[in-house]
Amino acid sequence: MSARRAAILLAAPTLISGIVPACAHGQVAVRGAVVHPVAGAPITDGVVLVGADGRIEAVGPASGITIPDGYELLEAEVVTPGLVDARSVVGLSGILGSELPSDQDHLELSSAIQPELRAFDAYNARDPLVPWLRELGTTTLHTGHGPGALISGQTMVVKTRGLTVDEALVDPLVTYAGTLGGEVSRGGGGWPGTRSRAVAMLRSFLLRGQEALARADDDDEEAEPPSSDLAMDAAARILRQDVPLLITAHQVPEIMAALRLQEEFGFRLILDGAAESYMVLNEIRDAGVPVILHPTMARHQGALINATFVTAQRLAEAGIRFAIPSGHEPYFPKTRVVLMEGAVAAGYGLPFDVALRAITLDAARILGLENRVGSLEVGKDGDLVIFDGDPFEYTTRVCGVVIEGEIVSRECH
Amino acid sequence: MTGVKGCARRASRRVGQRASGRGTPLLARADVVAALGLVAAAGLGLAPRPAVGQDLHAFVGARVVPVAGPHIPDGVLLVRDGRIEAVGPRGEVSLPPGAEVHEVTGLWLLPGLVDTHSHLGRGDGGDRSSALHPDVRILDAIDARDPGLHRARAGGITTVNVMPGSGLLISGQTAYLKLRLAGTVEELLFCDDPLTEVCGGLKMANGTNPIGTGPMPGTRARSAALVRAEFLRAQEYGERRSSAEDDGGTPPSRDLRMEALTEVLAGRRIVHNHTHRHDDILTALRLQREFGYRLVLHHVSDAHLVADEIAAAGILGASILAPDSPGGKEEALRSGFTAGAALEAAGAGVAIHTDDGITDSRLFRRLAAMFVREGMSRDGALEALTLAGARMLGLDDRVGSLEAGKDADFILLDGDPLSVYTHVQETWVEGRRVFDRSDPRDREFAEGGPGIQGGLR
Repeated sequence: MSARRAAILLAAPTLISGIVPACAHGQVAVRGAVVHPVAGAPITDGVVLVGADGRIEAVGPASGITIPDGYELLEAEVVTPGLVDARSVVGLSGILGSELPSDQDHLELSSAIQPELRAFDAYNARDPLVPWLRELGTTTLHTGHGPGALISGQTMVVKTRGLTVDEALVDPLVTYAGTLGGEVSRGGGGWPGTRSRAVAMLRSFLLRGQEALARADDDDEEAEPPSSDLAMDAAARILRQDVPLLITAHQVPEIMAALRLQEEFGFRLILDGAAESYMVLNEIRDAGVPVILHPTMARHQGALINATFVTAQRLAEAGIRFAIPSGHEPYFPKTRVVLMEGAVAAGYGLPFDVALRAITLDAARILGLENRVGSLEVGKDGDLVIFDGDPFEYTTRVCGVVIEGEIVSRECH
Repeated sequence: MTGVKGCARRASRRVGQRASGRGTPLLARADVVAALGLVAAAGLGLAPRPAVGQDLHAFVGARVVPVAGPHIPDGVLLVRDGRIEAVGPRGEVSLPPGAEVHEVTGLWLLPGLVDTHSHLGRGDGGDRSSALHPDVRILDAIDARDPGLHRARAGGITTVNVMPGSGLLISGQTAYLKLRLAGTVEELLFCDDPLTEVCGGLKMANGTNPIGTGPMPGTRARSAALVRAEFLRAQEYGERRSSAEDDGGTPPSRDLRMEALTEVLAGRRIVHNHTHRHDDILTALRLQREFGYRLVLHHVSDAHLVADEIAAAGILGASILAPDSPGGKEEALRSGFTAGAALEAAGAGVAIHTDDGITDSRLFRRLAAMFVREGMSRDGALEALTLAGARMLGLDDRVGSLEAGKDADFILLDGDPLSVYTHVQETWVEGRRVFDRSDPRDREFAEGGPGIQGGLR
């Protein structure tokens, strides 16, 4: 590998991830009348042990697990893995909303393509929405730059705890966030004015990236690295399939344009929003592209004019991997909550286990974090949520949240 | 165990619910548009009702929740000519000869839901020429063919207070609508004649939304001063008009703004006041105390902080909204799911609203359930979706509960109305079925998809 390529691949993220603290809160036992490991069948009267390293050390029927001395015991009706929100802007889009523009850092409008904008440079770990999500079961949060620009910036994954981004951070660069559709056709100032020009601009960006990569391969190892061009660094990461390009696309023309781009350039595509995905199920499945669907309760307006409450079920029936996220709301509610969005999908007929996976393991898989979070398996992070009933029932409450063995919420919400 | 129970329930909930015939629909429902055509052909006035004595329906076997009384596990609802004739346990309500019997065992039967605050119908309200528009009527701008109205029917809503927005201190007169299948706003109104009757409330707002530049107030204090000055003028106008009537003198020339406010001062038109922050809530109560009008507080994000004051004010109550998270603006930073329990404990009237399109009318019941999640009683939540809302619109003599003599507005559900797994199966307005989930077209309205936005136009 050339030094230049190494520079492209090993920029800031490793520096940041290196300082994620190992957490040693553990030694918690959680016993539930029903434990949903998600990775396997529900366990009646199950126990989960989280060790001193914050990782799960045992999962199974209570009859087969001895709770060691010194472990704090939590008991519940229902236990699930910590919930994984596959797409959010919390921490960047603050609780105050558009009333205070300085509170809103998820979308920079100075340019249509700015993949160099890092999520962790703008994350407010103390925003009140973070504990709000945590107390309602979200432990892992894929957040960062929002929809609204051709490429608005980077996204990252955090845990919903910590007073600084460094304490919260799990993965500093998870996707580059792009958008296709009328929303980005702002016109003027370097922005596309039409949907087709938006696609042309994205193609040009990726073509320049291809040329930069080709030059990097041709140059000798002693040459100056081109990494001062941060946007081209990003293009290289996308084209080398190091980092997925997430494209928010709701209507069929935009979804098909995203698939077309993916076919042309061979990057790892994650479809986001995808309100009309149920109209092109075969195309999405054949492309092998995962979908982060719009929140179930997203308003059926504008680009979501054809959204439905049953799209998740259609994706499931088609065998397409999908997650149900909280998405982005500019005003009300300031953030949605994956527990609620999964619940309504289940209420409209999505099978319980599929709905739970859409806010745990399948979300983790789409984000490339399935080895750490999303299910209750030995060796994974000790992230759990306890409920006083069916997690999806409106009147059921979250009565405890554990993150890496630390009991971060004990009250019912 | 509950999670597993939820699964089992979804798999089995339709069993046995449609074994018997449900009677012939009153309208040929091959197509909603065809139904609308019938209504349109009838011209203005109320939606057509069948001839007296020929329209008799008995709904038998449901778990009936009258709201005005205890649940009836195996109940009968008798409907004649669009009104409720009797409600009671099976065996205690005799089925008259000729009644069309609808076997609905396994279903729940509730009053049609009352949404006290909605923006359906593509209406508008006052413009930016003034902060105060008491003369403006939203009924002059409502599109009765807005397919959003059918989303509301799909959500079990049968009565709606359609409001102008909250960007003005007084944004206009609201319209109380009954969600009959209709093509004109006249057919949707509760009143017969807007020229002689009060057909809605008055929308007011305080806090940050109505603050602005130009004719708008720049501060909260000036907001209150502008409203007070307007009501003082209306008091004078009313006195001049009364004394002219008393002594045969010349009445003041007609003033539409003053006329609407004198209706408010006379208690004939209810004020619906958008308000969030605790001090704004208290300001709304202070103005109510000064002028003595009938008041409903709306949104009331800080209700839990001033629940006792709201209860003690003796107003009609508070209509609240459950947001999935707080914020969006400073005055809503403390909003959540606790307002329902706090107001209920304080003894204040509590209703709930969708604020559609802020939340979707199809998810109205969910809002009530979210308040139950944080401690509101289940019966209180069901009342908040129905009778409490009817009281806040001054319509509780006609809707909001299942009682003899009231309008036959009701819904059939396949389970507990506060469960995520429950769906509205049918919505009936004045003895006429206006939504049927087993009809593919209605199902599309319930779930979304192509045509829902334009399907009724």
